Amino acid sequence: MAPLTEPSAGFKFDNVKRNQLLGDKGYKLPTATKTGTTIVGLIFKDGLILGADTRATAGPIVADKNCEKIHYLAPNMYCCGAGTAADTEFTTNMISSQLALHSLNTGREVRVVAAMTMLKQYLYKYHGHVGAALVLGGYDVTGPHLFTIYPHGSTDKLPYVTMGSGSLAAMSVFESRWRPGMSREEGIEVVKDAIEAGIFNDLGSGSNVDVCVITKGNAEYLRNYSTPNERVQKEQSYRFTPGTTEFYAPRVARQAQEPAEMDTSA
Amino acid sequence: MSIMQYNGSAIVAMAGKGCVAIAADKRLGQRALTVDTEFQKVFPITDRTYIGLPGLATDVKTLYDRFRMRVNLYKHNEERTIEPKTFSHLVSHMLYERRFGPYFVEPVVAGLDKNDEPYICGMDLIGCINFAKDFIVGGTASDNLYGMCESLWEPELGPEDLFETISQALLNAVDRDALSGWGAVVHIITPEGVITRDLKGRMD
Repeated sequence: MAPLTEPSAGFKFDNVKRNQLLGDKGYKLPTATKTGTTIVGLIFKDGLILGADTRATAGPIVADKNCEKIHYLAPNMYCCGAGTAADTEFTTNMISSQLALHSLNTGREVRVVAAMTMLKQYLYKYHGHVGAALVLGGYDVTGPHLFTIYPHGSTDKLPYVTMGSGSLAAMSVFESRWRPGMSREEGIEVVKDAIEAGIFNDLGSGSNVDVCVITKGNAEYLRNYSTPNERVQKEQSYRFTPGTTEFYAPRVARQAQEPAEMDTSA
Repeated sequence: MSIMQYNGSAIVAMAGKGCVAIAADKRLGQRALTVDTEFQKVFPITDRTYIGLPGLATDVKTLYDRFRMRVNLYKHNEERTIEPKTFSHLVSHMLYERRFGPYFVEPVVAGLDKNDEPYICGMDLIGCINFAKDFIVGGTASDNLYGMCESLWEPELGPEDLFETISQALLNAVDRDALSGWGAVVHIITPEGVITRDLKGRMD
């Protein structure tokens, strides 16, 4: 490690050999947080609507009951993410910053195809090891666009799409109810019902529905648009009487002070 | 056996009313053999931001040193103390940098921001932030801790109530986990200062 320097860009691979050795010795390497996920998108009369559930899982455990899966890319563009949670988060963040620089350089609003191309080229470069499955939606000078992007870098352009483990449940709603030229209200209702189909029928998806409506010159992010799984008030309290827990004399009890001396000991 | 279970650990953070608490067990083991009963897993980053590092002990020590260096650099560059949210993103980026060869830790951050608002969050080993309003758990006893916290935690707990709640959650979780326990430490972070208490726990 180069001491006292700012970090350089790109991934670091200095732990790979050690981790492989541990793997060979029989220590199973842990898995990252996945978003079991239902994410969808559809085109309606004036633009497009994105939808997502809000459950994050780590194996069979629900790691986050209300996470955000609709990521900001640009003022006219949002992106739903499924797969490895960290990959969707960091990939969209990085592309978002590149898009901001691109629009500053060109003095124009970025096109959705540009974002789609940047995402697929990045994902293809890592041959699927960056596990981000995305639904990209945006409205630019050429109209509304809706894409799906797979972790290996392939893309589809369709009027209605679903992704993630709840994609089959959500698609069953779209296949029976989507039609061209829907109104905004109809569109939001179908998206909500598609996500709720995932929430209730797919174990990897759950909790609430997030919706994002993108039209010409406007993007509306409706966080927790529907909350069909609210926790009920507990009927009793487990509050303990002070003094329940036995402890030794407090070690530290200091006043908040001016920032302490910088600790630079070896 | 997973490498995350090699040393054993249990860490929990909870948000209260104008305060936060972070607690950890003290065991360091090599599989079933207990090596140390005073192993530090929760570290102060600033006066009011603490980080808990459950996971592989060698990475706990390595990462704490790296965090300390980066926080010191931040202090020099910015001439101010780092906020818990900013620090969490620093940690997150440092973990994601090693996406394909990760450190085996699942950090838990707890602190009060400049407006005395509670901030707690957790991360997976490649830096995916899990921001919560209630509680965050980590380590080999995390399943047990989820169960304890889900039933014991309630909103708007003051410092003393929060201490009892987090202590009982941790103590009872580690008693059903063979790999963690052997004493515990609790930090309650309030605008007035930090209270650190060592709990009396089972030593088996």
